[in-house]
Amino acid sequence: MSSITLDHHADRSKMAVSDEVAIEIRNMNKWYGSFHVLRDIDLTVYQGERIVIAGPSGSGKSTLIRCINRLEEHQEGQIIVDGTELTSDLKNVDKVRSEVGMVFQHFNLFPHLTILENCTLAPIWVRKEPKKEAEERAMHFLEKVKIPEQAHKYPGMLSGGQQQRVAIARSLCMMPRIMLFDEPTSALDPEMIKEVLETMVELAEEGMTMLCVTHEMGFAKEVANRVIFMDAGQIVEQNEPEEFFNNPQSERTKLFLSQIL
Amino acid sequence: MTDLSFVRSDMLPERAPPANEVGMVKWLRTNLFSTWANSLLTIAAFYVIYLVLANVLPWFSGGVWTTSSLSECREVLQGEVGGCFSVLTERWNQLIYGFKYPVDLYWRPNIALLLLAFAAAPVLFFDLPRKLLLFTAIYPFVAYWLIWGGPIGVPVTAFVGILGAYLVFERFNAANFAAAGLAAVAVAFSLWFIGGYLVDMLASDDPLLTPVASRDLGGFMLNLMLGVTCVSLSIPLGIALALGRQSNLPLIKGVCVIFIEFIRGVPLITLLFVASVMLAYFFPPDATVDLFLRVVIMITLFSSAYIAEVIRGGLAALPKGQYEAADSLGLDYPQAMRFIILPQALKISIPGIVNVAVGLFKDTTLVSVISMFDLVGMIRGPILASQEWNGVYWELLGFAALLFFVVCYGISQYSQWLERRLRTDHR
Repeated sequence: MSSITLDHHADRSKMAVSDEVAIEIRNMNKWYGSFHVLRDIDLTVYQGERIVIAGPSGSGKSTLIRCINRLEEHQEGQIIVDGTELTSDLKNVDKVRSEVGMVFQHFNLFPHLTILENCTLAPIWVRKEPKKEAEERAMHFLEKVKIPEQAHKYPGMLSGGQQQRVAIARSLCMMPRIMLFDEPTSALDPEMIKEVLETMVELAEEGMTMLCVTHEMGFAKEVANRVIFMDAGQIVEQNEPEEFFNNPQSERTKLFLSQIL
Repeated sequence: MTDLSFVRSDMLPERAPPANEVGMVKWLRTNLFSTWANSLLTIAAFYVIYLVLANVLPWFSGGVWTTSSLSECREVLQGEVGGCFSVLTERWNQLIYGFKYPVDLYWRPNIALLLLAFAAAPVLFFDLPRKLLLFTAIYPFVAYWLIWGGPIGVPVTAFVGILGAYLVFERFNAANFAAAGLAAVAVAFSLWFIGGYLVDMLASDDPLLTPVASRDLGGFMLNLMLGVTCVSLSIPLGIALALGRQSNLPLIKGVCVIFIEFIRGVPLITLLFVASVMLAYFFPPDATVDLFLRVVIMITLFSSAYIAEVIRGGLAALPKGQYEAADSLGLDYPQAMRFIILPQALKISIPGIVNVAVGLFKDTTLVSVISMFDLVGMIRGPILASQEWNGVYWELLGFAALLFFVVCYGISQYSQWLERRLRTDHR
């Protein structure tokens, strides 16, 4: 499925996984009405891990990462992010959200604000930073995603790939300890997929904890330290990428890999 | 089999379009004379326009402006075509200010109108310095004092109450939104209560500005006052109702839905009758709530229900991703609404809101039915009923139409400018 090859090869030596737990999910279940979307999910993510979550559509992979910053509510079990348990207590939810960045399939930039305002809004109002400081850091991250010259344009004037890189920069401006990516390249043309993936590789090299729902298996091989395969709302198989791709264990995984590779 | 391969050796340069495809000739051809049938229609249309102008223009140019009654007009005209515009000049003050507002006090509403321009400017044109909003904040109290006169303590007390409420709310908002709101309301009412006593105690028999009663207001001034007050009150109320209707809390949602559906299901004229006659039953016997205030309340409630539905449309048009992006960045509900959701939803709702605002402004003429002498009330009542001007319909109603048209067209042009100004994508 994915024919994107990355020019920039990730330097795995810089990606260290610590034994500090970043996200702990225990026995988590979720229903949409009477439909059981996530079943008995157990997952421990350590600081510095780069996890790629793959699976057929409707397998619950997006729902899983959306539960981690409570864009979706779970009904059973526990989700603990950086020591804070997600409950209906809004204070906890806001605390987790300000530490977890999220990048969406359709970018979800704010079209009525300039690129710079998109990046500084949350730091100024949520983190209560002075405007000048927030702008300086926004420019720093916009340079990192290689579009500082677009800072005063509006999102509607940018290409899809540029918009997605702004979305990444916007999340980074909140100085998150964990980044969630929900199919960040699914809505992009091949040329643009590459520029977004390269930004993500650089982020991984800096030691960011990342959970990424994607169909880009090239990215998984290059960057991930763990690949999780989900089907019908459950984790079917997880392994190091090399083992996962070369030596899949379950029949479901084999079938899935034979269809996409 | 033909050879299908083709390689372009040099790229084509840009060329100017053919001469008969540009300019005036091209425009006339495509728009007025594109086919035989269209050419005939064009000529017919020009003939109709000529007929209308040939009859209307002499009516204007032959018009009489200086007589003091309709019969004098007829004498001057001697059967010639011409409008009797003298009614406008002779009754100008009545048309604009009503027939009871003291003539020597006309300068007060005039200044209030002039200041309105300064107060409205920073709201309408948000590129102006934000500090000008301070004047906008005190303007309602200044305008009240200018138009109604009376002891200055009344508007000052009203202002101090609201200022106190605002300061208390700002102070405690960070800690708890609801508690801050309740505290603000409590502070406002206690300040008003204390202020009421002070005003009564300090009131002199001879205040700086002579008091004018609400029933003495009239003419186009009354329409403008009702229009400006009700539009500026009903937009925030409409926003609150629209957000309330989306609330997860069943009580708030229920109240908003019932309110909106009830108000939309009742004709405005019914509400105005309620305001003028029946509302008194709901107040304590000795309480006298001003008729102007009662009418303002009713028109505001009425149009806020419509504005709420327009804004709900704007809210529904926003992609769910905007809410999710705001949530994922850790913005709380008031922040998400203020910075992300409402600016976009209101932008989408501009045409609908302006539609309601224009309708509201014209509906202020309905107060003539409950014997308030607004512009239409003045024309139908004192002017047409007078001996001198009985029968001058075209000139008076045409003038009323012109005044309303100028204001409504201005609102419409402003909204189109606003839409262009807020456009951030390249379409």
